[in-house]
Amino acid sequence: MEIPYIVETRADTGLNNSKLGIWLFLASEVMLFGALFSTYIILRVGAPEWPHGELSVLFGTINTVILISSSVTMVMAWASLKMNEWAKHRMYLIVTILLASVFLVNKFFEYAEHVGKGELPSHDTFFAIYFTLTGLHGLHIVGGIVVMLYLLGPGAKLHKKNPEMFTNRIEATGLYWHFVDLVWIFLFPVLYLL
Amino acid sequence: MHSDPAEIKKSIRTYMLVGAVLLVGTVITVAANQLHLEVPLAITVALIIATTKGSFVAAVFMHLSHEKKWIYGALLLTVAFFIVLMTVPFLTVNDNIGTPITVSAPEHAGH
Repeated sequence: MEIPYIVETRADTGLNNSKLGIWLFLASEVMLFGALFSTYIILRVGAPEWPHGELSVLFGTINTVILISSSVTMVMAWASLKMNEWAKHRMYLIVTILLASVFLVNKFFEYAEHVGKGELPSHDTFFAIYFTLTGLHGLHIVGGIVVMLYLLGPGAKLHKKNPEMFTNRIEATGLYWHFVDLVWIFLFPVLYLL
Repeated sequence: MHSDPAEIKKSIRTYMLVGAVLLVGTVITVAANQLHLEVPLAITVALIIATTKGSFVAAVFMHLSHEKKWIYGALLLTVAFFIVLMTVPFLTVNDNIGTPITVSAPEHAGH
């Protein structure tokens, strides 16, 4: 049996269920990260002193530039698909995956540096919240890469069978990816600068 | 959201422009950090820039500037609960759980 309203628009909401679904998922993600930001505030306000300059601003800035660029390439991947430019769509999707991978490689080196200095989550409250927030964010990056790789590989077959459904999947992936970028836009100043 | 290819073609310039604005915003954030402002002011400035950048991402890349009312409704609820979540830390000011209760000694103790 085919699931209704995956591609076609519902008359009552004016949306297809896939789109409403991804937005409700993102709403739950806002609350997940919100709970951790709230925890950060409690820990910071309650701490007699808070460390400054523990993290590399250069690493953080580079990763911010990478994620912003990946958001641009992701929206371009969707726009290319809408304009029936298949080759461009795939090129932008590949660039997005590469940028996301570079972000993770940078994060790996950053983590390795801290672990090498013994700055593990057990070191102090700052590193506990730093590893928790950036670790969870990093997992979201990994999740995004997995989905994009699927849409670039086996999932791309859907484009021939049902191009509209494929475009919707790219759009939903894009919305998720921009959310991951949005979270980093707040994580960067909170952890690296303040 | 646009679905007409001609409209999307026009939007591409906006996507590029917003990408550039976000990069400039990042430079401003880092530059503001070099000013070594007082902590409350530094937090305010950093959060204003981050919120502006986040709004651009949501409005343009996530197409929230022209979405259906059901999505706005869902997000409005999320914002309301998010505000509640962010105010929870302030409640801890009046939180006495785990704080030892000190009983003042009676005035005529020892008599």
